[in-house]
Amino acid sequence: MKRVYVNEEWCLGCHLCEYNCAFANSGLKDMAYALKGKPIYPRIHIEENDKISYAVSCRHCDDPICVKSCIAGAISKKDGVVHIDSEKCVGCHTCVLVCPYGALAPGESGIMQKCELCLANSCGEPACVKGCPNNAIVFESRDEEV
Amino acid sequence: MKQYIIIGNGVAAAGCIEGIRSVDKDGKITVISEEKHPVYCRPLISYYLEGKTDTKKMNYRGEDFYTANGCDIIYGKKAVKIDKAAKKIELDDKSKLPYTSVCVAVGSSPFVPPMEGLESVEKKFGFMTLDDTLALEKAVTKNSRVLIVGAGLIGLKCAEGLHGRAASIVVADLADRVLSSILDKDCAAYMQKCLEENGIEFLLSDSVKKFDKNKAYMQSGKEVNFDVLVLAVGVRANVALIKDAGGEVNRGIIVDEKLRTSIEDIYAAGDCTEGEDISLGAKRVLALMPNAYMQGHAAGVNMAGGEELFDKGIPMNSIGFFGLHCMTAGTAYTSEQGGCTYEEKFDSGIKRLFTKGGLLTGFMIIGGSERAGIYTAMIRERTPLDSVNFEMLRKAATSAAFGKEARKEKFAMPH
Repeated sequence: MKRVYVNEEWCLGCHLCEYNCAFANSGLKDMAYALKGKPIYPRIHIEENDKISYAVSCRHCDDPICVKSCIAGAISKKDGVVHIDSEKCVGCHTCVLVCPYGALAPGESGIMQKCELCLANSCGEPACVKGCPNNAIVFESRDEEV
Repeated sequence: MKQYIIIGNGVAAAGCIEGIRSVDKDGKITVISEEKHPVYCRPLISYYLEGKTDTKKMNYRGEDFYTANGCDIIYGKKAVKIDKAAKKIELDDKSKLPYTSVCVAVGSSPFVPPMEGLESVEKKFGFMTLDDTLALEKAVTKNSRVLIVGAGLIGLKCAEGLHGRAASIVVADLADRVLSSILDKDCAAYMQKCLEENGIEFLLSDSVKKFDKNKAYMQSGKEVNFDVLVLAVGVRANVALIKDAGGEVNRGIIVDEKLRTSIEDIYAAGDCTEGEDISLGAKRVLALMPNAYMQGHAAGVNMAGGEELFDKGIPMNSIGFFGLHCMTAGTAYTSEQGGCTYEEKFDSGIKRLFTKGGLLTGFMIIGGSERAGIYTAMIRERTPLDSVNFEMLRKAATSAAFGKEARKEKFAMPH
């Protein structure tokens, strides 16, 4: 199955993925209107220090602990994609407590959000990957490595 | 064809159903539910009072959950006896159901210590179930003065849920701090301050000596007038079914890492059990929802002939009040117990990491809990601290503190 993978050697730490993610999930047509001068709530984030930088987003685990732990039954996995039902989520942060990757964070309303591979938004494919200038984030199948 | 019986209908039971069906698509599953509701999210009852969810959204699974999983469900009845010799479960209507294997997922019950004059209190409630909540909702008006006995997770979530619905809320507890089961004194003080800023009043290191109708006489000599009383002193695991059948119990039903009880073909999962806490290196009741699901799932897989271990159990809680989030996990060893504490303070809160024997064993974080799951995973996986940059991790939970290979494993490999 195709997933988002990160090649940290190639990451420039430019944070474009965060902006492209926030825009793709904003539902708006104009990027400047959607993002300029506002706090952004992307579903991918860059972690960096003076030596390295890399992007972190949901791994869509085979046995996702967030799904098993959600106290609201709001997280499920279907067709390989871990999905949050924002109607059911109450913002308790239990998923943040258990995700070993640090891939979930609250959105503007306090309801949790995470990468859902842009399958449900207008982008249709991961916007972070599409906009990464150095191919540091890719969307491909590596299942044969298991 | 195997005949599975699940006693109880909470999240552990839901996990058990899904665990069984991941292995055995055909066996007959019967669920015995004392409550007349499909499986719902018990910790959401306070969110219901706040208006953040409703009874429909509180359902843990979709409407077709039982039929889609081929389960028979018996509502409003209680299992009263396990007949090991005949391999039958007896219900309170005297009917008997044969089993191949059983999962006991009967949860816990509120513990109410004897209190003088309690019978004179007209409006008194527990805060464990949806029915408790609906009854409490009816009883509380804008003019109600509410007294909650118990400043633990249940009592405080009830206080938050009732905030805005009642005229005043007073919380009393014998402990010297709030959330005493998960927080030390300093961390608890942050949460107490936030609750007090939102109008919740506390009577700590104090308990009720006597009730007289709408008045509580406290041990300290204080008197509290109230209209509605909520009892949230504590809970006890429901162990009677297993105990009566001669199975091993302590504070909870003793289970191994396959969730087997000491009785053949009888498994147990969720709040009624006592299993290994790997951060403590001993058995304890781990009554919290993620563990309930995981234990139920593992029990189901094992009942159906597969193999799944629940061998990374630790206590862990994520709980917020009025927007201030608090996360805790594992065990906080003191220096006398050979532990070390590392503390970071920031604008809105505090973080304490606890280590012992070269491992992260626990944490308490108030505010600033971004990516705390990285710490939780280190406790569950027993990640050696000499394999990570702990200086970096003390400041923030980040995979940057792990070696390059470990990071590649995390972010460049399928999971």
